[in-house]
Amino acid sequence: MTAAVITPSRRGSGFWRAFARNKGAVLGLAFLLLIVLMAIFADVLFPTSPWDMTAAPFEPPFSEDALLGSDTLGRDIAAGIAHGARVSLLIGLTSTAVAVLIGVCLGAVSGFYGGWVDDAVMRFTELFQTIPNFVLAVVLVAIFTPSLTSIVLAIAIVSWPPLARLARGEFMSLRSREFVQAAVTTGQSNLTIIWRQILPNSLSPIIVSASLMVATAILLESSLSFLGLGDPNLMSWGYMVGAARTVIRQAWWMSFFPGIAILLTVLALNLVGEGLNDALNPKLARKGRA
Amino acid sequence: MMTVSNSNASLLDVRNLTIDLPRGADRPFAVEDLTFTLERGEILCVVGESGSGKSMTAHAVMGLLPKAVKVSSGGIRHDGTDVLSLPERDQRALRGGRIAMIFQEPMTALNPLMRVGDQIDEVLRYHTTLDRAARRARVVELLASVGLPEPDQLRRSYPFRLSGGQRQRVMIAMALAVEPDVLIADEPTTALDVTTQKQILELIRDIQVKRRMGVMFITHDFGVVAEIAHRVAVMQKGKLVEIGPAAEVLNRPQHPYTRQLIAAVPHLIEHREAFGDERKPVLTAEKVCKTFHIGGGFFAPSRKVVAGNALSLTIRQGETVGLVGESGSGKSTLGRSIVGLIKPDSGRIMFEGVDLLSLSRTAFRPYRRHVQMVFQDPYASLNPRHTVGDIITQGPVAFGEDRGRALEKAKALLKLVGLDASAAERFPHEFSGGQRQRISIARALALEPKLLIADEPVSALDVSVQAQVLDLLEDLRHRLNLSMLFITHDLRIAAQICDTIAVMQKGSIVEIGPARDVFGNPQHAYTRQLLDAIPGKGWTIPEDVMSTGRHGAALRTSA
Repeated sequence: MTAAVITPSRRGSGFWRAFARNKGAVLGLAFLLLIVLMAIFADVLFPTSPWDMTAAPFEPPFSEDALLGSDTLGRDIAAGIAHGARVSLLIGLTSTAVAVLIGVCLGAVSGFYGGWVDDAVMRFTELFQTIPNFVLAVVLVAIFTPSLTSIVLAIAIVSWPPLARLARGEFMSLRSREFVQAAVTTGQSNLTIIWRQILPNSLSPIIVSASLMVATAILLESSLSFLGLGDPNLMSWGYMVGAARTVIRQAWWMSFFPGIAILLTVLALNLVGEGLNDALNPKLARKGRA
Repeated sequence: MMTVSNSNASLLDVRNLTIDLPRGADRPFAVEDLTFTLERGEILCVVGESGSGKSMTAHAVMGLLPKAVKVSSGGIRHDGTDVLSLPERDQRALRGGRIAMIFQEPMTALNPLMRVGDQIDEVLRYHTTLDRAARRARVVELLASVGLPEPDQLRRSYPFRLSGGQRQRVMIAMALAVEPDVLIADEPTTALDVTTQKQILELIRDIQVKRRMGVMFITHDFGVVAEIAHRVAVMQKGKLVEIGPAAEVLNRPQHPYTRQLIAAVPHLIEHREAFGDERKPVLTAEKVCKTFHIGGGFFAPSRKVVAGNALSLTIRQGETVGLVGESGSGKSTLGRSIVGLIKPDSGRIMFEGVDLLSLSRTAFRPYRRHVQMVFQDPYASLNPRHTVGDIITQGPVAFGEDRGRALEKAKALLKLVGLDASAAERFPHEFSGGQRQRISIARALALEPKLLIADEPVSALDVSVQAQVLDLLEDLRHRLNLSMLFITHDLRIAAQICDTIAVMQKGSIVEIGPARDVFGNPQHAYTRQLLDAIPGKGWTIPEDVMSTGRHGAALRTSA
């Protein structure tokens, strides 16, 4: 009995080809890599602290000692953006990771067990969904005093419910699939089934929506810093925009460049998210195929 | 049989048709150098296994080929006019107007959001000049002509309200709306139950005679061919290997592939030895009841579906019990209750003196390894993200076996089911349907069960692959002294593999007994009805084909 004739294809190369088909996604990914590099090498590019005065106040862009101008206290905007990238990315990624952890765990339990467990978990989720996101985040940060940890937790706590619902839906539909039933009949424990059988198959949509959530988390962080609720020890894009808003008519560059940084990063993340969606959910994307 | 032609040109004349597949497909052509004709008043059956290009041919005639697939040479003439070179506008008039098509899955072919009457009306609106009232009268007349009850009310129903057979009738009514002279039927009865299949086949034959249409009937089932075909064309991998009058091809097949296909057809009565009662029972189901509650909420009452009504059944050591019935008869519910996937409302399932239903989840777990299941869909029953080795060893590992040892055993099992041991490192998507079903069987056997529940294990497979998997099950049963509950809707398969047959209808077992008695001398009216509906009863597979094909070439080719 000969084996199948179909040549084995490594999952990786097929994934990359599907992803690369979306030009916007590749562009977004390239830009995102630039931002990451900028964040990593911020200390090399701008060795002095972004809080130090390095130029005269109100220097316009392209002046000698400040490429993108300086702010009201003579701090270098470019240095602020480079160092701020760290905060934005750090908070965006960690808060999303925490949100995914909470959301997927609750969604998995609720979708897998169903019945009253599902009811309880979903009512709990709805409790969070009824409170406006941003207001809850502001309240949480205000109560726990602004710090990196409190901001990450606040953002995670307001953003896990959609992920929980998504994971629940995936688990519910996969739960009734035959390979899961086969796992039940071969005596595998519930934990094994959730972890090894269902989770790997439900990851695609979760990854896609997590990638978009990083963008939302960055926006949330910026909004918090804009309101003065950012970590006071860390330079952040939102803080820069917030601090510069009083002088926006005299010195547009102070809020313009950090604003552009936020815009482009979020845009890049959205493009990457869309590319991931195309690559991971091929049924929706490849319309040209027979 | 009847090859009458009114004009000189054939109704449908396909000549040297070659259809290219896009690069990277498993072969360069979907259809290669295909030549055949369809005359007026004739039913031409096109037979072949999945991937043989039979549907592609039909789609080419209809101008429905996918964008990536192109006709590279040859021509299709309908009543003398070249179909392929027609401008899009004329092609549209042709399809629906002169050539109509019905599809395999009537649920997906009908628009779920439109009333069936409106869907037929739509066809009339595009292809005729009738006014509203005339069209409505015509819709009612068409629905009546395909044997639908109360056409005037039915016209206002949505597709989901109709049964599968009724939906297929609506599809046929739609195809007939503008009096086509060619009807292309692409596996129109494959998704239907046998009794419904019989009615639809009769309907198609009636209409064909009445309207003197040419029917191109695509199927994989030689029983259906024997039932309705005037002429038969056999296709293999895009090539026409044999064409001729039905009686010729069915009784004196020339091409080895045709012989192989015919030999693989499950044949009704094999007269198995009656199975002795003296062996000890492995499993006994006593008065198992299960009612499903569908829908409902705080205000709306739920709908009750009785899937099990006091089902009693005994499976003895080494016995194969067949559970047959149409879809929705509750046969899978019983199988799933035994493996513990469904909790019945009441009754007992005794296994080695213990009532499995009375056990808690943890207490039930040790029994799981003794009762294993093979699922219907080989594409859905294997986790796409795990290697075959992982899939087979997961069960033993869950029961505490060492991983290395389990993998050694898995490789031995893969050989036992006719695959290479190296399959263990590969992923399910690299295997064909038949091979996947072998993997699925290996997984079930990895726990060394005493009882195997096979839930329609071959219904998703091609006939020749079907025969191989059935042979494998039969072989394993003897070698490992397995008991088996074989769930199927196909009585021919049940007759071939089962010692005892239980016939189910609407949640009850209406007849149970040795296979020979149930098929030879059916007692219950429903059993007789089922037997009567088996397509191709009048045709017996020629002896010489049986002996040469089945245990010769067919077995040795890969699944």
